[in-house]
Amino acid sequence: MSMKISTRQVDGITIMDLGGRITLGEGSVQLRDSVRDLLAKGQKKILLNLGDVNYIDSSGIGELVSAYTTVRNQGGELKLLNLTRKVHDLLQITKLYTVFDVKDDEASAIASYAHA
Amino acid sequence: MTGQQASRVTYTLDSSLDSVNKVEQTAEQMARKAGVDEDEIFRISMAVREAAVNAVLHGNAYDPEKRMTASFENTGSDLVIRITDEGKGLDPATLPDPLAPENLLRGSGRGIFLIRSFMDEVHFKQLHPGTELTLIKHLGTAPTGA
Repeated sequence: MSMKISTRQVDGITIMDLGGRITLGEGSVQLRDSVRDLLAKGQKKILLNLGDVNYIDSSGIGELVSAYTTVRNQGGELKLLNLTRKVHDLLQITKLYTVFDVKDDEASAIASYAHA
Repeated sequence: MTGQQASRVTYTLDSSLDSVNKVEQTAEQMARKAGVDEDEIFRISMAVREAAVNAVLHGNAYDPEKRMTASFENTGSDLVIRITDEGKGLDPATLPDPLAPENLLRGSGRGIFLIRSFMDEVHFKQLHPGTELTLIKHLGTAPTGA
């Protein structure tokens, strides 16, 4: 039931592949800690691949928002990739779809980051 | 519409995430049994989960002495789910609008909004102490289109 996270690097971008549930007490804390760890290591260009996230609750949505603002406040960029229809709908309902930079193709997502 | 007979099941649960998960799973099973489609099952079970999270986290504040009750009833025309807590009470009128521009980037405050988005009726009742949240989904109606 819990969330799975794995990270990989592509062209200086850290891709976090998330799977499972991002909910209170399950994925939310894992996501927060993982983003903090990346920022602590200076990895500020982060792409959250949500393709295998099959469930997210309001706590999980809040955690995505917090991750977005935390990364942005440290001068980084956090984008979302491969939203499932449920997650897409939830971001629409909560008016967050236009807040996040949402991509549906990994290669173009990588290319969209500002490269120093 | 289903031909199911009215039946009510009530659970008294401790203030834990396990209880939240149990309530969510029960709602999912109830909705599935009532014959609603997959999207509506998702909406109903999520709304009920959010109500249970409110009860356990914001109402009872994980207090081991306090209980959440959850009742599930299929009246034949409606699914009626009631969640109660023993907390300090909740006045929905005081909740900030999560869609307001100044609140969009807040890390919390979307639970009640999602419940209202996904259910046909939502009623709050003050219990002194505590809150009762009643969530109703009319059977046989079109999806909310949310």
